[in-house]
Amino acid sequence: MDEAPLRADLILEYPFTRTTGPVVGAFLTGLREGILIGIRRSDGTVMVPPAEYDPVTSEPLTEVVEVGQAGEVVSWTWVDPPRPQSPWDGPHGLALILLDGADTPMFHAVLVDSPGELATGMRVSAVWREEREGHIADLAGFSPEVDA
Amino acid sequence: MREVAVVATALHQVPALTDTTEVQLMVPLINAARAAVGLTQADIGFTCSGSSDFLAGQAFSFVQTLDAVGAFPPICESHVEMDGAFALYEAWVKLQIGEVDTALVFSYGKSSPGSLRDVLALQLDPYFLAPLWPPADAVAALQARLLLESGLVGAQELAEIAVRSQRNAVGNPNAVRSSSKVTVADVMAEAPVADPLRPSDLAAESDGGCAVVLAAGDRARELCGRPAWIRGIGHRIDAHGLGTRDLTRAPSAELATSVAVAAAGLTVDSLDLAELHSPTTSQEAILVRELGLDGSTEVNPSGGALAANTMMAAGLVRIAEAADRIIDGGADRALAHATSGPCLQQNLVCVMAGG
Repeated sequence: MDEAPLRADLILEYPFTRTTGPVVGAFLTGLREGILIGIRRSDGTVMVPPAEYDPVTSEPLTEVVEVGQAGEVVSWTWVDPPRPQSPWDGPHGLALILLDGADTPMFHAVLVDSPGELATGMRVSAVWREEREGHIADLAGFSPEVDA
Repeated sequence: MREVAVVATALHQVPALTDTTEVQLMVPLINAARAAVGLTQADIGFTCSGSSDFLAGQAFSFVQTLDAVGAFPPICESHVEMDGAFALYEAWVKLQIGEVDTALVFSYGKSSPGSLRDVLALQLDPYFLAPLWPPADAVAALQARLLLESGLVGAQELAEIAVRSQRNAVGNPNAVRSSSKVTVADVMAEAPVADPLRPSDLAAESDGGCAVVLAAGDRARELCGRPAWIRGIGHRIDAHGLGTRDLTRAPSAELATSVAVAAAGLTVDSLDLAELHSPTTSQEAILVRELGLDGSTEVNPSGGALAANTMMAAGLVRIAEAADRIIDGGADRALAHATSGPCLQQNLVCVMAGG
Protein backbone atom coordinates (compact mmCIF):
# COMPACT_ATOMS: atom_id res chain seq x y z
CA MET A 1 0.00 0.00 0.00
CA ASP A 2 2.72 2.45 -0.90
CA GLU A 3 0.87 4.07 -3.80
CA ALA A 4 0.40 7.80 -3.58
CA PRO A 5 -3.20 9.02 -3.17
CA LEU A 6 -5.02 9.71 -6.40
CA ARG A 7 -4.93 13.36 -7.33
CA ALA A 8 -6.74 15.45 -9.92
CA ASP A 9 -6.56 19.14 -10.67
CA LEU A 10 -9.87 21.00 -10.74
CA ILE A 11 -9.97 23.68 -13.40
CA LEU A 12 -13.01 25.93 -13.25
CA GLU A 13 -13.95 27.15 -16.67
CA TYR A 14 -16.86 28.48 -18.66
CA PRO A 15 -16.50 26.57 -21.90
CA PHE A 16 -19.14 28.43 -23.86
CA THR A 17 -19.02 31.33 -26.28
CA ARG A 18 -21.89 33.63 -27.08
CA THR A 19 -22.61 35.65 -30.16
CA THR A 20 -23.61 39.19 -29.28
CA GLY A 21 -26.06 39.67 -32.13
CA PRO A 22 -26.64 42.51 -34.59
CA VAL A 23 -27.12 45.31 -32.07
CA VAL A 24 -24.90 44.63 -29.05
CA GLY A 25 -22.39 43.24 -31.54
CA ALA A 26 -22.49 46.49 -33.51
CA PHE A 27 -21.83 48.45 -30.31
CA LEU A 28 -18.88 46.23 -29.37
CA THR A 29 -17.48 46.40 -32.90
CA GLY A 30 -17.84 50.17 -32.67
CA LEU A 31 -15.76 50.15 -29.50
CA ARG A 32 -13.02 48.30 -31.34
CA GLU A 33 -13.18 50.93 -34.10
CA GLY A 34 -13.19 53.75 -31.53
CA ILE A 35 -16.74 54.95 -32.13
CA LEU A 36 -19.84 54.97 -29.93
CA ILE A 37 -23.19 53.88 -31.25
CA GLY A 38 -26.75 53.84 -30.05
CA ILE A 39 -30.06 52.74 -31.47
CA ARG A 40 -33.09 54.76 -32.52
CA ARG A 41 -36.35 54.05 -30.74
CA SER A 42 -39.76 54.41 -32.34
CA ASP A 43 -40.24 57.82 -30.70
CA GLY A 44 -37.10 59.04 -32.49
CA THR A 45 -34.89 59.13 -29.40
CA VAL A 46 -31.51 57.41 -29.35
CA MET A 47 -30.60 54.90 -26.62
CA VAL A 48 -26.94 54.35 -25.69
CA PRO A 49 -25.81 51.65 -25.17
CA PRO A 50 -28.23 50.02 -27.60
CA ALA A 51 -30.56 47.06 -27.10
CA GLU A 52 -32.26 44.76 -29.61
CA TYR A 53 -35.65 45.45 -28.09
CA ASP A 54 -37.11 48.60 -26.63
CA PRO A 55 -37.04 48.19 -22.83
CA VAL A 56 -40.40 49.96 -22.47
CA THR A 57 -42.43 49.05 -25.55
CA SER A 58 -40.66 45.73 -26.40
CA GLU A 59 -40.52 46.75 -30.07
CA PRO A 60 -37.60 45.32 -32.07
CA LEU A 61 -35.00 48.03 -32.75
CA THR A 62 -32.71 48.01 -35.79
CA GLU A 63 -31.57 51.54 -36.69
CA VAL A 64 -28.02 51.87 -35.40
CA VAL A 65 -26.89 55.49 -34.95
CA GLU A 66 -23.41 56.84 -34.26
CA VAL A 67 -23.36 59.32 -31.38
CA GLY A 68 -20.80 61.81 -30.16
CA GLN A 69 -17.68 61.01 -28.17
CA ALA A 70 -18.32 63.75 -25.66
CA GLY A 71 -21.17 64.54 -23.38
CA GLU A 72 -22.41 65.75 -20.03
CA VAL A 73 -22.19 64.10 -16.61
CA VAL A 74 -25.71 63.46 -15.35
CA SER A 75 -24.73 61.81 -12.07
CA TRP A 76 -21.46 60.68 -10.51
CA THR A 77 -19.82 58.98 -7.59
CA TRP A 78 -16.27 58.22 -6.50
CA VAL A 79 -14.61 54.81 -6.12
CA ASP A 80 -11.63 54.66 -3.77
CA PRO A 81 -9.95 52.21 -3.54
CA PRO A 82 -10.55 50.86 -7.05
CA ARG A 83 -12.18 47.44 -7.17
CA PRO A 84 -9.67 44.66 -7.78
CA GLN A 85 -11.48 43.12 -10.76
CA SER A 86 -12.22 46.45 -12.46
CA PRO A 87 -10.20 47.84 -15.38
CA TRP A 88 -8.95 50.76 -13.25
CA ASP A 89 -5.81 50.75 -11.11
CA GLY A 90 -6.44 53.96 -9.22
CA PRO A 91 -9.35 55.84 -7.59
CA HIS A 92 -11.76 57.08 -10.23
CA GLY A 93 -15.18 58.50 -10.79
CA LEU A 94 -18.12 56.49 -12.08
CA ALA A 95 -20.80 58.42 -13.87
CA LEU A 96 -23.86 58.42 -16.03
CA ILE A 97 -22.88 60.40 -19.13
CA LEU A 98 -25.35 61.79 -21.66
CA LEU A 99 -23.43 61.69 -24.94
CA ASP A 100 -24.06 64.29 -27.63
CA GLY A 101 -26.79 62.90 -29.86
CA ALA A 102 -28.02 60.42 -27.26
CA ASP A 103 -31.17 60.58 -25.16
CA THR A 104 -30.22 58.07 -22.47
CA PRO A 105 -27.06 58.31 -20.36
CA MET A 106 -24.30 55.74 -20.49
CA PHE A 107 -22.42 54.35 -17.50
CA HIS A 108 -18.62 54.59 -17.44
CA ALA A 109 -15.65 56.02 -15.57
CA VAL A 110 -14.53 59.63 -15.37
CA LEU A 111 -10.76 59.78 -15.08
CA VAL A 112 -9.82 62.53 -12.64
CA ASP A 113 -7.59 62.60 -9.57
CA SER A 114 -10.10 63.53 -6.91
CA PRO A 115 -13.87 63.74 -6.37
CA GLY A 116 -13.53 67.51 -6.11
CA GLU A 117 -12.95 67.57 -9.87
CA LEU A 118 -16.34 65.98 -10.56
CA ALA A 119 -19.62 67.85 -10.94
CA THR A 120 -23.00 67.20 -12.44
CA GLY A 121 -23.23 68.98 -15.79
CA MET A 122 -19.50 68.91 -16.52
CA ARG A 123 -18.46 68.11 -20.08
CA VAL A 124 -16.33 64.99 -20.64
CA SER A 125 -14.96 63.19 -23.68
CA ALA A 126 -14.00 59.62 -24.45
CA VAL A 127 -10.50 58.29 -23.78
CA TRP A 128 -9.69 55.19 -25.83
CA ARG A 129 -7.16 52.47 -25.15
CA GLU A 130 -4.66 51.90 -27.94
CA GLU A 131 -5.27 48.13 -28.03
CA ARG A 132 -8.96 47.49 -28.59
CA GLU A 133 -10.78 44.19 -28.88
CA GLY A 134 -14.50 45.00 -28.89
CA HIS A 135 -14.99 45.20 -25.12
CA ILE A 136 -16.55 47.88 -22.91
CA ALA A 137 -13.11 48.47 -21.36
CA ASP A 138 -11.74 49.48 -24.79
CA LEU A 139 -13.04 52.77 -23.55
CA ALA A 140 -10.60 53.70 -20.80
CA GLY A 141 -13.16 56.19 -19.55
CA PHE A 142 -13.97 59.85 -20.01
CA SER A 143 -11.89 62.86 -19.10
CA PRO A 144 -12.92 66.48 -18.57
CA GLU A 145 -13.24 68.31 -21.87
CA VAL A 146 -10.54 70.93 -22.28
CA ASP A 147 -11.74 74.28 -23.58
CA ALA A 148 -10.40 74.84 -27.06
CA MET B 1 -58.76 34.09 -5.59
CA ARG B 2 -58.12 31.33 -3.10
CA GLU B 3 -57.47 32.59 0.42
CA VAL B 4 -53.83 32.03 1.38
CA ALA B 5 -52.15 33.07 4.62
CA VAL B 6 -48.81 33.16 6.35
CA VAL B 7 -49.32 30.93 9.41
CA ALA B 8 -45.78 30.59 10.80
CA THR B 9 -42.39 32.25 10.45
CA ALA B 10 -38.85 31.78 11.74
CA LEU B 11 -35.82 33.94 11.06
CA HIS B 12 -32.26 34.47 12.12
CA GLN B 13 -29.85 37.22 11.07
CA VAL B 14 -26.35 37.93 12.41
CA PRO B 15 -23.39 39.97 11.13
CA ALA B 16 -21.53 36.84 10.02
CA LEU B 17 -22.07 33.09 10.30
CA THR B 18 -18.51 31.92 10.67
CA ASP B 19 -18.81 28.28 11.73
CA THR B 20 -22.24 27.47 10.35
CA THR B 21 -23.11 26.07 6.94
CA GLU B 22 -26.30 27.02 5.14
CA VAL B 23 -27.76 23.61 6.07
CA GLN B 24 -26.91 24.12 9.74
CA LEU B 25 -28.48 27.58 9.57
CA MET B 26 -31.71 26.37 8.00
CA VAL B 27 -32.41 23.15 9.95
CA PRO B 28 -33.54 24.94 13.13
CA LEU B 29 -35.43 27.63 11.19
CA ILE B 30 -37.36 25.17 9.03
CA ASN B 31 -38.05 22.97 12.05
CA ALA B 32 -39.26 25.96 14.07
CA ALA B 33 -41.60 27.25 11.37
CA ARG B 34 -43.15 23.82 10.78
CA ALA B 35 -43.37 22.99 14.48
CA ALA B 36 -45.05 26.32 15.29
CA VAL B 37 -48.14 25.03 13.49
CA GLY B 38 -47.63 21.34 14.31
CA LEU B 39 -46.60 20.27 10.81
CA THR B 40 -43.94 17.86 9.61
CA GLN B 41 -42.54 17.85 6.09
CA ALA B 42 -45.00 15.07 5.22
CA ASP B 43 -47.78 17.64 5.71
CA ILE B 44 -46.22 20.21 3.34
CA GLY B 45 -47.65 20.22 -0.19
CA PHE B 46 -45.02 22.37 -1.88
CA THR B 47 -41.57 23.60 -0.89
CA CYS B 48 -39.93 26.59 -2.56
CA SER B 49 -36.59 28.20 -1.74
CA GLY B 50 -34.58 31.23 -2.78
CA SER B 51 -30.80 31.55 -2.69
CA SER B 52 -27.82 32.45 -4.84
CA ASP B 53 -25.06 30.33 -6.29
CA PHE B 54 -23.03 33.55 -6.55
CA LEU B 55 -22.85 33.70 -2.76
CA ALA B 56 -22.17 29.99 -2.28
CA GLY B 57 -19.61 29.96 -5.09
CA GLN B 58 -21.05 26.72 -6.39
CA ALA B 59 -23.53 25.68 -9.05
CA PHE B 60 -26.85 24.23 -7.81
CA SER B 61 -25.88 25.05 -4.23
CA PHE B 62 -29.56 25.04 -3.20
CA VAL B 63 -29.71 21.28 -3.73
CA GLN B 64 -27.37 20.79 -0.78
CA THR B 65 -29.45 23.06 1.39
CA LEU B 66 -32.50 20.89 0.71
CA ASP B 67 -30.92 18.56 3.26
CA ALA B 68 -32.31 21.00 5.82
CA VAL B 69 -35.86 20.12 4.74
CA GLY B 70 -35.17 16.44 5.46
CA ALA B 71 -34.09 13.55 3.27
CA PHE B 72 -37.47 11.84 3.61
CA PRO B 73 -40.25 11.96 2.50
CA PRO B 74 -39.75 12.91 -1.17
CA ILE B 75 -40.94 16.48 -1.75
CA CYS B 76 -42.45 18.58 -4.51
CA GLU B 77 -40.11 21.55 -4.68
CA SER B 78 -38.86 24.49 -6.67
CA HIS B 79 -36.18 27.12 -6.33
CA VAL B 80 -35.69 30.69 -7.48
CA GLU B 81 -32.32 32.41 -7.84
CA MET B 82 -33.94 35.37 -6.12
CA ASP B 83 -34.93 36.62 -2.72
CA GLY B 84 -37.26 34.29 -0.83
CA ALA B 85 -40.09 36.79 -1.26
CA PHE B 86 -40.20 35.77 -4.91
CA ALA B 87 -40.17 32.10 -3.86
CA LEU B 88 -43.18 32.96 -1.69
CA TYR B 89 -44.89 34.42 -4.75
CA GLU B 90 -44.33 31.13 -6.61
CA ALA B 91 -45.71 29.17 -3.64
CA TRP B 92 -48.73 31.52 -3.51
CA VAL B 93 -49.39 30.79 -7.21
CA LYS B 94 -49.03 27.05 -6.54
CA LEU B 95 -51.60 27.32 -3.75
CA GLN B 96 -53.92 29.22 -6.10
CA ILE B 97 -53.91 26.23 -8.46
CA GLY B 98 -55.56 24.34 -5.63
CA GLU B 99 -53.76 21.02 -5.69
CA VAL B 100 -51.99 21.62 -2.36
CA ASP B 101 -53.07 23.37 0.81
CA THR B 102 -49.73 24.07 2.50
CA ALA B 103 -46.33 25.35 1.40
CA LEU B 104 -42.93 25.85 2.98
CA VAL B 105 -40.91 28.82 1.73
CA PHE B 106 -37.37 29.51 2.82
CA SER B 107 -34.36 31.50 1.77
CA TYR B 108 -30.94 32.27 3.07
CA GLY B 109 -27.76 34.12 2.27
CA LYS B 110 -24.27 33.96 3.60
CA SER B 111 -22.42 36.80 1.94
CA SER B 112 -19.76 37.31 4.63
CA PRO B 113 -17.15 34.99 3.03
CA GLY B 114 -16.94 37.26 -0.03
CA SER B 115 -17.31 40.90 -0.97
CA LEU B 116 -21.03 41.38 -1.58
CA ARG B 117 -20.67 44.88 -3.04
CA ASP B 118 -18.45 43.39 -5.75
CA VAL B 119 -20.42 40.17 -6.27
CA LEU B 120 -23.53 42.27 -6.98
CA ALA B 121 -21.83 43.67 -10.09
CA LEU B 122 -22.56 40.30 -11.68
CA GLN B 123 -26.30 41.00 -11.69
CA LEU B 124 -25.74 43.92 -14.07
CA ASP B 125 -25.77 43.92 -17.87
CA PRO B 126 -23.10 41.39 -18.92
CA TYR B 127 -21.71 43.47 -21.83
CA PHE B 128 -21.91 47.10 -20.75
CA LEU B 129 -21.72 47.07 -16.94
CA ALA B 130 -20.58 43.86 -15.27
CA PRO B 131 -17.10 43.90 -16.91
CA LEU B 132 -16.52 47.30 -15.25
CA TRP B 133 -17.24 45.78 -11.78
CA PRO B 134 -19.01 48.80 -10.29
CA PRO B 135 -19.57 48.16 -6.58
CA ALA B 136 -23.22 48.06 -5.56
CA ASP B 137 -22.91 51.16 -3.38
CA ALA B 138 -21.53 53.17 -6.32
CA VAL B 139 -24.45 52.16 -8.52
CA ALA B 140 -26.86 53.16 -5.76
CA ALA B 141 -24.92 56.42 -5.29
CA LEU B 142 -25.61 57.48 -8.89
CA GLN B 143 -29.30 57.07 -8.15
CA ALA B 144 -29.01 58.88 -4.82
CA ARG B 145 -27.28 61.88 -6.42
CA LEU B 146 -29.97 62.15 -9.09
CA LEU B 147 -32.56 62.07 -6.32
CA LEU B 148 -30.82 64.72 -4.20
CA GLU B 149 -29.98 67.02 -7.10
CA SER B 150 -33.51 66.79 -8.49
CA GLY B 151 -34.65 68.41 -5.25
CA LEU B 152 -37.18 65.63 -4.60
CA VAL B 153 -35.41 64.57 -1.40
CA GLY B 154 -32.95 66.37 0.86
CA ALA B 155 -29.88 64.96 2.55
CA GLN B 156 -31.60 65.64 5.86
CA GLU B 157 -34.46 63.29 4.94
CA LEU B 158 -32.01 60.50 4.11
CA ALA B 159 -30.32 60.95 7.49
CA GLU B 160 -33.72 60.88 9.19
CA ILE B 161 -34.49 57.57 7.48
CA ALA B 162 -31.17 56.15 8.71
CA VAL B 163 -31.86 57.32 12.26
CA ARG B 164 -35.41 55.93 12.26
CA SER B 165 -34.12 52.54 11.12
CA GLN B 166 -31.42 52.35 13.76
CA ARG B 167 -33.81 53.42 16.53
CA ASN B 168 -36.61 51.07 15.45
CA ALA B 169 -34.11 48.20 15.33
CA VAL B 170 -33.34 48.52 19.05
CA GLY B 171 -34.71 45.39 20.66
CA ASN B 172 -34.99 43.47 17.37
CA PRO B 173 -32.84 40.36 17.88
CA ASN B 174 -32.49 39.99 14.10
CA ALA B 175 -31.14 43.49 13.50
CA VAL B 176 -27.39 43.88 13.19
CA ARG B 177 -27.27 47.68 13.35
CA SER B 178 -29.28 49.56 15.94
CA SER B 179 -28.84 52.55 18.18
CA SER B 180 -31.12 54.42 20.54
CA LYS B 181 -28.75 57.35 20.63
CA VAL B 182 -27.84 58.06 17.00
CA THR B 183 -28.91 61.49 15.74
CA VAL B 184 -29.39 63.09 12.34
CA ALA B 185 -26.33 65.23 13.05
CA ASP B 186 -24.27 62.08 13.71
CA VAL B 187 -25.29 60.61 10.35
CA MET B 188 -24.74 63.88 8.47
CA ALA B 189 -21.23 64.05 9.95
CA GLU B 190 -20.22 60.65 8.49
CA ALA B 191 -17.81 60.79 5.56
CA PRO B 192 -19.36 59.45 2.33
CA VAL B 193 -18.31 55.95 1.27
CA ALA B 194 -19.93 56.20 -2.13
CA ASP B 195 -20.50 59.92 -2.53
CA PRO B 196 -23.18 61.08 -1.66
CA LEU B 197 -24.05 57.95 0.35
CA ARG B 198 -22.69 57.64 3.87
CA PRO B 199 -22.21 54.41 5.86
CA SER B 200 -25.58 54.85 7.58
CA ASP B 201 -27.26 55.27 4.18
CA LEU B 202 -26.23 51.74 3.21
CA ALA B 203 -27.97 48.69 4.61
CA ALA B 204 -26.02 46.71 7.20
CA GLU B 205 -24.97 43.43 5.57
CA SER B 206 -25.90 40.28 7.45
CA ASP B 207 -25.90 36.52 7.07
CA GLY B 208 -29.04 34.63 7.84
CA GLY B 209 -32.19 32.94 6.73
CA CYS B 210 -35.95 32.87 6.98
CA ALA B 211 -38.62 30.18 6.79
CA VAL B 212 -42.34 30.76 6.30
CA VAL B 213 -45.28 28.35 6.23
CA LEU B 214 -48.24 29.23 3.99
CA ALA B 215 -51.64 27.58 4.18
CA ALA B 216 -54.88 27.99 2.25
CA GLY B 217 -58.44 28.51 3.42
CA ASP B 218 -59.70 26.36 6.29
CA ARG B 219 -56.31 24.68 6.62
CA ALA B 220 -54.88 28.06 7.62
CA ARG B 221 -57.69 28.56 10.17
CA GLU B 222 -56.97 25.11 11.67
CA LEU B 223 -53.27 25.84 11.99
CA CYS B 224 -53.25 29.39 13.27
CA GLY B 225 -55.57 31.39 15.53
CA ARG B 226 -54.99 34.56 13.56
CA PRO B 227 -53.48 33.90 10.12
CA ALA B 228 -51.91 36.76 8.17
CA TRP B 229 -54.06 36.56 5.06
CA ILE B 230 -52.34 37.56 1.83
CA ARG B 231 -55.06 39.77 0.37
CA GLY B 232 -53.02 41.05 -2.54
CA ILE B 233 -49.62 40.42 -4.05
CA GLY B 234 -47.94 42.05 -7.03
CA HIS B 235 -44.56 41.70 -8.74
CA ARG B 236 -43.50 44.15 -11.44
CA ILE B 237 -40.21 44.88 -13.21
CA ASP B 238 -38.62 47.99 -14.69
CA ALA B 239 -36.02 48.13 -17.46
CA HIS B 240 -32.63 46.62 -16.67
CA GLY B 241 -30.35 49.26 -18.16
CA LEU B 242 -29.45 51.98 -15.66
CA GLY B 243 -29.68 54.74 -18.25
CA THR B 244 -32.99 53.64 -19.75
CA ARG B 245 -35.18 54.65 -16.85
CA ASP B 246 -35.68 57.61 -14.55
CA LEU B 247 -33.71 56.44 -11.53
CA THR B 248 -35.47 58.88 -9.22
CA ARG B 249 -38.56 56.74 -9.64
CA ALA B 250 -39.55 53.08 -9.34
CA PRO B 251 -42.69 52.74 -11.49
CA SER B 252 -42.74 48.98 -10.90
CA ALA B 253 -43.02 49.58 -7.15
CA GLU B 254 -45.99 51.88 -7.67
CA LEU B 255 -47.63 49.39 -10.04
CA ALA B 256 -47.02 46.38 -7.77
CA THR B 257 -48.50 48.36 -4.88
CA SER B 258 -51.59 49.44 -6.77
CA VAL B 259 -52.16 45.83 -7.95
CA ALA B 260 -51.75 44.40 -4.45
CA VAL B 261 -53.72 47.09 -2.61
CA ALA B 262 -56.59 46.94 -5.13
CA ALA B 263 -56.75 43.13 -4.88
CA ALA B 264 -56.95 43.52 -1.11
CA GLY B 265 -59.78 46.02 -1.44
CA LEU B 266 -57.82 48.44 0.69
CA THR B 267 -56.21 51.83 0.39
CA VAL B 268 -52.59 52.54 1.29
CA ASP B 269 -53.59 54.95 4.05
CA SER B 270 -55.46 52.15 5.85
CA LEU B 271 -52.27 50.13 6.37
CA ASP B 272 -50.96 49.94 9.92
CA LEU B 273 -47.38 49.24 8.94
CA ALA B 274 -45.10 48.75 5.95
CA GLU B 275 -41.90 46.72 5.94
CA LEU B 276 -39.74 47.99 3.07
CA HIS B 277 -36.77 46.21 1.54
CA SER B 278 -34.63 49.27 0.90
CA PRO B 279 -30.90 48.62 0.47
CA THR B 280 -30.20 52.36 0.86
CA THR B 281 -31.93 55.31 2.54
CA SER B 282 -32.30 56.94 -0.89
CA GLN B 283 -34.16 53.86 -2.14
CA GLU B 284 -36.39 53.96 0.92
CA ALA B 285 -37.22 57.60 0.14
CA ILE B 286 -38.17 56.56 -3.41
CA LEU B 287 -40.28 53.66 -2.13
CA VAL B 288 -42.16 55.80 0.39
CA ARG B 289 -43.15 58.09 -2.49
CA GLU B 290 -43.98 55.32 -4.99
CA LEU B 291 -46.06 53.40 -2.46
CA GLY B 292 -47.82 56.59 -1.37
CA LEU B 293 -47.07 56.12 2.33
CA ASP B 294 -48.31 59.35 3.81
CA GLY B 295 -47.26 59.21 7.45
CA SER B 296 -50.29 57.35 8.83
CA THR B 297 -48.51 54.04 8.20
CA GLU B 298 -45.61 53.01 10.43
CA VAL B 299 -42.59 52.36 8.19
CA ASN B 300 -40.14 49.59 9.07
CA PRO B 301 -40.97 49.03 12.74
CA SER B 302 -38.33 46.25 12.70
CA GLY B 303 -35.67 48.65 11.42
CA GLY B 304 -36.15 47.28 7.91
CA ALA B 305 -33.48 46.03 5.57
CA LEU B 306 -31.24 48.98 6.52
CA ALA B 307 -30.83 47.32 9.94
CA ALA B 308 -30.00 43.89 8.48
CA ASN B 309 -29.86 43.14 4.78
CA THR B 310 -29.40 39.41 4.27
CA MET B 311 -28.87 38.93 0.55
CA MET B 312 -31.61 36.61 -0.81
CA ALA B 313 -33.60 36.69 2.45
CA ALA B 314 -34.21 40.35 3.34
CA GLY B 315 -37.40 40.48 1.28
CA LEU B 316 -38.85 37.31 2.81
CA VAL B 317 -37.84 38.67 6.22
CA ARG B 318 -39.96 41.75 5.49
CA ILE B 319 -42.98 39.49 4.83
CA ALA B 320 -42.23 37.48 7.99
CA GLU B 321 -41.86 40.61 10.15
CA ALA B 322 -45.11 42.09 8.83
CA ALA B 323 -46.98 38.77 9.14
CA ASP B 324 -45.76 38.32 12.71
CA ARG B 325 -47.28 41.65 13.66
CA ILE B 326 -50.65 40.46 12.33
CA ILE B 327 -50.40 36.94 13.80
CA ASP B 328 -49.60 38.36 17.24
CA GLY B 329 -52.48 40.82 17.03
CA GLY B 330 -50.33 43.95 16.97
CA ALA B 331 -51.57 45.03 13.54
CA ASP B 332 -54.61 44.44 11.35
CA ARG B 333 -53.27 45.42 7.94
CA ALA B 334 -49.65 45.35 6.81
CA LEU B 335 -47.66 45.74 3.62
CA ALA B 336 -44.36 43.97 2.94
CA HIS B 337 -42.07 44.87 0.06
CA ALA B 338 -39.14 43.08 -1.57
CA THR B 339 -36.78 44.31 -4.25
CA SER B 340 -34.27 42.72 -6.59
CA GLY B 341 -31.78 44.00 -9.12
CA PRO B 342 -29.97 47.34 -9.25
CA CYS B 343 -31.64 50.57 -8.13
CA LEU B 344 -35.05 49.04 -7.27
CA GLN B 345 -35.42 47.40 -10.68
CA GLN B 346 -37.83 44.70 -9.50
CA ASN B 347 -40.43 45.16 -6.81
CA LEU B 348 -42.83 42.81 -5.05
CA VAL B 349 -45.56 44.04 -2.73
CA CYS B 350 -47.56 41.76 -0.44
CA VAL B 351 -50.56 43.13 1.42
CA MET B 352 -51.71 41.10 4.43
CA ALA B 353 -54.65 41.45 6.79
CA GLY B 354 -55.76 39.74 9.98
CA GLY B 355 -59.48 39.58 9.35
